[in-house]
Amino acid sequence: MTVYLVRRLLQALLVVLAMSLIVFIGVYAIGDPVEILISPDADQIERERAVQALGLDLPLWQQYAVFLTKALQGDLGRSFVYNEPALKLILQRMPATMELAFGATIFALIIGLPLGLYAGLRPNSRFSRVIMASSILGFSLPTFWVGLMLIMVFAVYLGWLPSTGRGDTGTLLGMQWSFLTWDGLRHMAMPALNLSLFKISLVIRLTRAGVRETMLMDYVKFARAKGLSPARVTFVHVFKNILIPVVTVVGLELGSTIAFSVVTESVFAWPGMGKLIIDSINVLDRPVIVAYLMLIVLMFIAINLIVDLTYSMLDPRVRLESKGT
Amino acid sequence: MGNLRKLALAAGTAFIGLSAHGALAQSVTMAVAAPVTSLDPHYHQLSPNNAVADTIFDKLVNTDAKSNNLPGLALSWRAVEPNVWEFKLRPNVRFHNGNEFTAEDVAFTLQRLPNVPNSPSSFAAYSRPIQSIEIVDPLTIRFRTAAPHPLMPLDMTNVRILDRETHQNATTEDFNAGRAAIGTGPYRVVSHRSGDRIEFERNDNYWGDRAPFQRVLYRMITNDAARTAALLAGDVEFIDQVPTSDLAKLRQDNRIALSETVGLRLIFLGLDHLRQANENSPFITDNDGKPLGKNPLQDVRVRRALSMAIDRKAIVDRVMEGAAVPAGQFLPEGVYTHVPSVTPPAFDPDAARRLLAEAGYPQGFRIQLNGPNDRYVNDARIIQAVGQMWTRIGVRTTVEAQPWTTFVGRAGRADFSSHLIGWGSNPDGSHPLRNILATVTREKGWGSSNRGRYSNPRLDALLDQSLVELDEAKRVQLVIEAQRIAAEDVAVIPLHIQTNIWGMRRHLAHDARNDELTRAQDVRPAAR
Amino acid sequence: MSDAVIPGKIADKVETPFRRFVSEFAESKVALGALVVFIIITLLAIFAPWITPQNPYDLAELDIMDGRMEPGTVGGAGFTYWLGTDDQGRDMLSGIIYGLRISLTVGAGSALIACLIGASLGLLAAYAGGRTDSVIMRLVDLQLSFPTILAALMILAFLGKGIMNVVIALVLVEWAYYARTVRGTALVERRREYIEAAQCLALPTHRVLFRHLLPNCLPPLIVVGTMQVARAIALEATLSFLGLGVPITEPSLGLLIANGYEYMLSGKYWISFYPGIALLITIVSINLVGDQLRDVLNPRLKK
Repeated sequence: MTVYLVRRLLQALLVVLAMSLIVFIGVYAIGDPVEILISPDADQIERERAVQALGLDLPLWQQYAVFLTKALQGDLGRSFVYNEPALKLILQRMPATMELAFGATIFALIIGLPLGLYAGLRPNSRFSRVIMASSILGFSLPTFWVGLMLIMVFAVYLGWLPSTGRGDTGTLLGMQWSFLTWDGLRHMAMPALNLSLFKISLVIRLTRAGVRETMLMDYVKFARAKGLSPARVTFVHVFKNILIPVVTVVGLELGSTIAFSVVTESVFAWPGMGKLIIDSINVLDRPVIVAYLMLIVLMFIAINLIVDLTYSMLDPRVRLESKGT
Repeated sequence: MGNLRKLALAAGTAFIGLSAHGALAQSVTMAVAAPVTSLDPHYHQLSPNNAVADTIFDKLVNTDAKSNNLPGLALSWRAVEPNVWEFKLRPNVRFHNGNEFTAEDVAFTLQRLPNVPNSPSSFAAYSRPIQSIEIVDPLTIRFRTAAPHPLMPLDMTNVRILDRETHQNATTEDFNAGRAAIGTGPYRVVSHRSGDRIEFERNDNYWGDRAPFQRVLYRMITNDAARTAALLAGDVEFIDQVPTSDLAKLRQDNRIALSETVGLRLIFLGLDHLRQANENSPFITDNDGKPLGKNPLQDVRVRRALSMAIDRKAIVDRVMEGAAVPAGQFLPEGVYTHVPSVTPPAFDPDAARRLLAEAGYPQGFRIQLNGPNDRYVNDARIIQAVGQMWTRIGVRTTVEAQPWTTFVGRAGRADFSSHLIGWGSNPDGSHPLRNILATVTREKGWGSSNRGRYSNPRLDALLDQSLVELDEAKRVQLVIEAQRIAAEDVAVIPLHIQTNIWGMRRHLAHDARNDELTRAQDVRPAAR
Repeated sequence: MSDAVIPGKIADKVETPFRRFVSEFAESKVALGALVVFIIITLLAIFAPWITPQNPYDLAELDIMDGRMEPGTVGGAGFTYWLGTDDQGRDMLSGIIYGLRISLTVGAGSALIACLIGASLGLLAAYAGGRTDSVIMRLVDLQLSFPTILAALMILAFLGKGIMNVVIALVLVEWAYYARTVRGTALVERRREYIEAAQCLALPTHRVLFRHLLPNCLPPLIVVGTMQVARAIALEATLSFLGLGVPITEPSLGLLIANGYEYMLSGKYWISFYPGIALLITIVSINLVGDQLRDVLNPRLKK
């Protein structure tokens, strides 16, 4: 087990390194940050000064070497745009995105699980068909479009919720959280819902599929035959079994929500990490992009590790490491 | 009856607007499109940053809404010798922290400009002509230059003045955190959440007109539709960069008022002047897609034909929904360096076809028009419309739009045969001349945005003269003449000059600025 | 005698897997209807140039003077714009039918290629284990944490604009989902008796992989697959919204929606509403067909 973890850790390091290298080359290929950042009326002398100031006058491999040396000392570089440490910028914006992602996940479970359960238990009822058909909406409508629709309905026409922004925040563990205030929660509702649409559909479909399979399993049939109440069969036997894949997938989805809620954060002017990464990509703010993606890849590795560990604990048939083969 | 009800309804909403606002008349919430990236006024030369800096700080020379120079922290200025400018400073001005403003602060500021670490686009160009600074007395300062520098006052409209005492060791981070964002301007910073919002409070000791509101919340909402929606929902009371697609609707909405003015940003097409007449231009072929063996854009008749083929009025009416004026040059009417004899080229497809035939292209040719799709108002739509019009005179056009990120580098390397781009000018014609039309010359700092590599010795000579001409009337004539030559030679194809538009709830009024800056001090309660 | 023949005939029919498949599929009227709709959509897309009144890709046929006309207006070219026009004077009906082509190509194309690559790699990872597994799965980690926008920008910088390049960007983003799904299922399946039996028989690896392991991983793969087709089409719309999608003169449904998005507040609903409806019908029909396929193919749902 320890050997396994150590090996995974080493692999993680390699992946992070690979990520930083890809981003370096990628940004270099996309364009020149100075061309984008510099004032259009800057003359050639000023342009050269800016290139030098940002350390872009060195050959790419040297820039990378400089970056690695500093990274080993815990310095991931300063943003070209904000002139602040990239890591600090990212961490500043993290709470906003975290709470949005968790909010969306909670929405997905609250709405998705019951509907999926129903659709799985009564696959042929009319309501189930409606559920399944409308769940398709969740992943076929473009997020930006749904976002604007939500704003138009709930903010412009009905006036129930504030249209955009993050509202008041409260302090917890030295960070600013908006779920601690009523105003903050009101601001969170729409973007979280917008972000959860895809997840709701996902949960509905996974739950339904799981329920339908489990209901045909021998132990469920046996439980029913024993005369257990349908409610007990459903909620104890079936539910326990389907929760595992649902939680796995939702966990993985949580990862990508934290990483890339780019569109939602843009439409709702939500000052989170997704907004930061899209803004940074647009101006090729390389230090922020590199630092950001290194963090994200670490997060995904961690999530996947947890998933693998869970798998092996739940299903002894899956061995952690097959040696020799 | 119907009208009466409408009237009553309008009065009702107006009343609600007033009463709801009566309680809050002391504050206003604004939303701008472009995020402010730093409160350090010398870190990054970027419009949104400049707009906020103008709220917190002052310059020696301020500008009014039409970009005319106004006394700012300097009361007056003149060239006492050909190479020496003298600025008389305003007495009794204090910074937000109570420190007094003196000539020392001006000298400190000019020394700081080239020394802001990591700056991606500094203000150093404005202090570079100055060889030495002489403090005559606490309220008089002199700048000595190597050559006569008629543009000194204009340069000073870009330099926000800091306090030597406060800012001696201030870093960009200190400014961003609000600690060091201390100026002499009409509002002071209360708090700043990067990329999200800035809170301002009135500076009660301001030397000029008292700021209209006690508090201002300055938010950033990048998405166009979301910004308009926030205004309609009443979450914000004022927005900038109103999308043209929403104009028609907002104009009919009696809760909303708009303020607008013709701006200083020309949208134009740059053409490939780099490839010589006998070379292939990268995106031009004959009608069968084979290389042409020559660059037709070197022929002024072809350039003129392409310009005449464009129905500028149609683009303004249909694509820009009226939020622009057709243009034949960089600056709009009413600006002192506008060329009176140059009018927007008339739309004449038949004459364009004749010119093409005369130039040896009776069957036209094929061209690709490139452009950004996230930079200028309706940029991707404009190139499609131009593509339609060029195709109609026989120049079969494909269009390609891409994000500014990948576009700007390629345009800068003169990779394109024709491209759409914009230029936000200052009101002096020397600005576009130097940057876009002058021959690329590193030592002079010319042509750094001359992406088509246009070169015309006559224009260069006139520009050279104008840059050292201290007689303002003569200088303006030189600048006008150089611009006229460029227009006649179709150095670039001007399309239109954008109209700057702000939207607000009816209880507010705003002085529309032609330099596009959205400054908190320009928003005030509407006169009742 | 007749009694003996008829069951024999039925038994014959039941024996061909294809017939059984067809009859089981046809059990659901909804799925059958969806299949018909899907076929009609595909035919429309294929024969677009012969049905539409306008070639929406030819700039010469567009006129901005006809821009943003309401549905039912007769334009300068003499025909009626039944669904209105967009800002360039593009007939929405023609635009939608042509857009279907692009969206289907992009959506189905990228999903198919991604599925092939992802499923193969996922199978391989599960079957081979060890170092192969580690390398592939770390690649998946890397891919999942790489933003689509950055990938699309890089491809744009390397290869330029084009429909194929959008497909490549989407494949690059999506293969990891398939790989992960297939590996997860295959890890469980490969421990089952039938695989061990196949291995005992010393069948060649590719035969075990594709004839035995793959079919049992199909149900989840189809779930992911049909969802990913829809997701790919929606993702392409998002890329278009960010200016990274298909070329502006060859709009997909997604790009049409993204273009019309700006007119939503101004009441010119048709510019994004009708392409939205078309997109919805397409995706719903694909998914209904996919759902039924999954149920039919799932060995564990057999009664």
